[in-house]
Amino acid sequence: MSLIKEIDFGTPESKSSKLVTLTIDGQTVTVPEGTSIMRAAMEVGTEIPKLCATDSIKAFGSCRLCVIEVDGRNGTPASCTTPVAPGIAVHTQTPRLKAIRRGVMELYISDHPLDCLTCAANGDCELQDMAGAVGLRDVRYGYDGVNHVFARNNGSANFNWMPKDESNPYFTYDPSKCIVCNRCVRACEEVQGTFALTISGRGFGSRVAAGMDEAFMESECVSCGACVQACPTATLTEKSVIEIGQPEHSEITTCAYCGVGCTFKAEMRGEEVVRMVPWKDGKANHGHSCIKGRFAYGYALHRERILNPMIRDSILEPWRVVSWEEAIGFTARRFKEIQDKYGKKSVGVITSSRCTNEESYLVQKLARAGFGNNNTDTCARVCHSPTGYGLNQAFGTSAGTQDFDSVDDSDVIVVIGANPTDAHPVFGSRMKKRLREGAKLIVIDPRRIDLVRSPHIKADYHLALKPGANVAVVTAMAHVIVTEGLANEAYVRERCDWDEYQDWASFVAEERNSPEATEKLTGVPAAELRAAARLYATGGNAAIYYGLGVTEHSQGSTTVMGIANLAMATGNLGRRGVGVNPLRGQNNVQGSCDMGSFPHELPGYQHISGEKARAAFEAEWGVTLDPEPGLRINNMFDAAVDGTFKGLYVQGEDILQSDPDTKHVSAGLAAMELIVVQDLFLVETANYAHVFLPGASFLEKDGTFTNAERRVQLVRKVMSPKNGYGDWEITQLIANAMGLNWTYTHPSQIMDEIARTTPSFRGVSFDKLAEEGSVQWPCNDENPHGVPIMHINGFSRGKGKFVITEYVPTDEKTGPRFPLLLTTGRILSQYNVGAQTRRTENSNWHPEDVLEIHPHDAENRGVKDGDWVRVQSRAGDASLRARITDRVAPGVVYTTFHHPVTQANVITTDNSDWATNCPEYKVTAVQVSPSNGPTEWQQKYQELSEASRRIAGAIDAAE
Amino acid sequence: MSSHSSVDTLVKMANQIGDFFGSQKSVDRTAGIVDHIQKFWDPRMRANIIDHVAHGGAGLNPLVLEAIHRLAETTGAKASK
Repeated sequence: MSLIKEIDFGTPESKSSKLVTLTIDGQTVTVPEGTSIMRAAMEVGTEIPKLCATDSIKAFGSCRLCVIEVDGRNGTPASCTTPVAPGIAVHTQTPRLKAIRRGVMELYISDHPLDCLTCAANGDCELQDMAGAVGLRDVRYGYDGVNHVFARNNGSANFNWMPKDESNPYFTYDPSKCIVCNRCVRACEEVQGTFALTISGRGFGSRVAAGMDEAFMESECVSCGACVQACPTATLTEKSVIEIGQPEHSEITTCAYCGVGCTFKAEMRGEEVVRMVPWKDGKANHGHSCIKGRFAYGYALHRERILNPMIRDSILEPWRVVSWEEAIGFTARRFKEIQDKYGKKSVGVITSSRCTNEESYLVQKLARAGFGNNNTDTCARVCHSPTGYGLNQAFGTSAGTQDFDSVDDSDVIVVIGANPTDAHPVFGSRMKKRLREGAKLIVIDPRRIDLVRSPHIKADYHLALKPGANVAVVTAMAHVIVTEGLANEAYVRERCDWDEYQDWASFVAEERNSPEATEKLTGVPAAELRAAARLYATGGNAAIYYGLGVTEHSQGSTTVMGIANLAMATGNLGRRGVGVNPLRGQNNVQGSCDMGSFPHELPGYQHISGEKARAAFEAEWGVTLDPEPGLRINNMFDAAVDGTFKGLYVQGEDILQSDPDTKHVSAGLAAMELIVVQDLFLVETANYAHVFLPGASFLEKDGTFTNAERRVQLVRKVMSPKNGYGDWEITQLIANAMGLNWTYTHPSQIMDEIARTTPSFRGVSFDKLAEEGSVQWPCNDENPHGVPIMHINGFSRGKGKFVITEYVPTDEKTGPRFPLLLTTGRILSQYNVGAQTRRTENSNWHPEDVLEIHPHDAENRGVKDGDWVRVQSRAGDASLRARITDRVAPGVVYTTFHHPVTQANVITTDNSDWATNCPEYKVTAVQVSPSNGPTEWQQKYQELSEASRRIAGAIDAAE
Repeated sequence: MSSHSSVDTLVKMANQIGDFFGSQKSVDRTAGIVDHIQKFWDPRMRANIIDHVAHGGAGLNPLVLEAIHRLAETTGAKASK
């Protein structure tokens, strides 16, 4: 495998359908109108020299290296800013052009250090390439005189020189190498949308500056890496490249962080990752990235990673490092003993939304075919299970309706309970780009998220509802649409069940569902809600994007169906720019659900009670399947406390930290006789485990992930697993120790089996994915290349289903004892439980969880910014530091759950969604009071953690 | 602190399901509850709630109570009435 280098066309693609024909150096070229001459030339393989142009950003025309001549026109225009015209004859190389280019390069190089041999960009420097391309042989101006290159000129200080900024842990900014091409500034604006960079000064004094001429780390830079990628020189360079050198080969793989599913080139030297560079042809990210995917992969080599299997008979004992044979043998024997003693249904599994499709498939297969029960669940239970249920009810498919590109055609964007710029940053940037082009924005969120107001972005409406009032707000919007006659009845008559629509319409039209009637409980001014509803219904293509702020409620499924109702009632489905789009949390949440991780359904959402679906798997697996649904995660803990559930195999999921009501979870875990944890680190759940099987990172195995767009993409192994096995191999070892005789030698064979048994994956294979880059399921005989936009000519279930969404207040109510509502969320630099990101430099951005509290509530309680406060709910209490901010409304407090010390989930309760038991993380009634430090529970937990993590003969194991 | 007796949890879950189907305009609201519980509850949970109803079904809303009775009949399990 060689180093993958994408072609840089210099300027973005033109979307025009009108074609223009011209000649370039005598060659005839036909391109869309609006294409630059530079790009047209590249289309036929002619690379016009350039420095300030790159095709991820708009043409700028500053370097003057890309000059050309056009017959019959005066002068030497820049080819990047000059569009093609019919019939023109362009020349890219003439004596005049050669002289101009050489002169330009001479000037550039006269103010650039000549340390190429020791420069980190050596071999990957466009300035060097252009010097070669224009035949630069001499710099007549010399290197003396005014310059930005040397710290001292003739012994005295050079005030034009600036020292290197090494404040960012991942890249450096060396102003002495900057040619002021503006590519970084433009990438920050156009691609990322943060506007953190600018050019300060003018003329020769122009310098790239972060923020108000600050260090990068102190500026508003979000470390997405777009500027580093855009930089043509060594001015902005990854520290890893400075340390290691240039890569020699690369593989395309898929990021293992959020549900956006960015594809990256893993640029390697041998088995060492030099850097991760977002892949331009990636359909989810189009060459963009965020701080996590781009830089935070170092956890794979963190010293706390466990590389050897360990077992113990009791969690009070220290871990014993054992061989793989012993650990697997122990696991299989104990599972069998437990099933013999307590029955077939006394054990279960939890699949991982961080692992591959193939791995999730095998883990649920282990439960169904090996354990002989359906006790399988996945962490999607605690995030998007209501999406699966709700959208399946409404449309007949448990997934979002659009691809990400669809947002380019949206006129109105509604964001409900999601914070894309933090939690789905690459898609957040896409959305911001569309908003800057003029799309309208409605944000429905208790908190003033960045999208509400950030540089060049302003929400038209921010409905700052009270946590827990989603259903009431969505129904009130429907009330406005129906009663003001804004519904698209023609669409509804054609595509949906008309009787159900009428029932629904008369329900939402009831006065008690009006914005005025519900204003008191939702906290949203009726006039604003009306205006927002009108905008959604009449503003053109309207798309709804939502996240866990919708699903993680006692009425999560109802809100999902309410959202589907809005889209159907206004006809905003089945074409580009519209739709219902769940923003999935983890990289493979969609995939783990698709792969049959839920206890009631086989892969491809086929209910376990269906005889036809069962027959297909029974034939493939050679077993008889239990037709009854198994236990969900929460029910497993209940059953464990009851004494009927005794053994659990957990792959890549930290239930103790991520699941709500920690005390209940830990009681459930403590009641079990065998807990097998397969993970990279001794995560919190491992405190209660008897077997620890070291897992592999996404860099160490082959497989596929499925992102929030239903896009299946390849994950490729770029290094040998440091623990010895890919996760799918470990599951196979357990299965075989239990006598199942699995013989997979590569994950592609697992995907072939999935394709044989799962109708929506019939056309998926590793070969097809390698060839096409990705496919969006359903991928079958009718749709061999997948389906970017669903429900175009009708719904999967037939007629769209309107469901009545009666608001039922949650049991979590504020009162004198618990007067505030706590809601939780994520931050850009950290990822979920933080097991990965906390073990990278990302912790520089977010070293601890803090409690956001409104100044009014803080003052009432005598709390100052940075004080320790105790947060207490009915379930438990925890202490953390306060941050006083008006991002939250009075009465609402907010925190993240990235750090185990905080134990935010000690506070959250066991309330859950009525349909799926997805926990109600987003609403907990709490009291906040000043405190001196960690609570007793936190201290005791810390002690337990330390005791539980002891490893006998730790020298071997820690290495 | 909320109770974690598994029967209490099941009663709460069943009532929540009842709240949803109870508000639908379909002819047979009970059927929706029965179907949901059959599709998504593990048999031991169903047996526990049927058993709870056999012992009076304290805490369950009337519609849910009716549904569990029907569930007991359809699964053939013995729910003494």
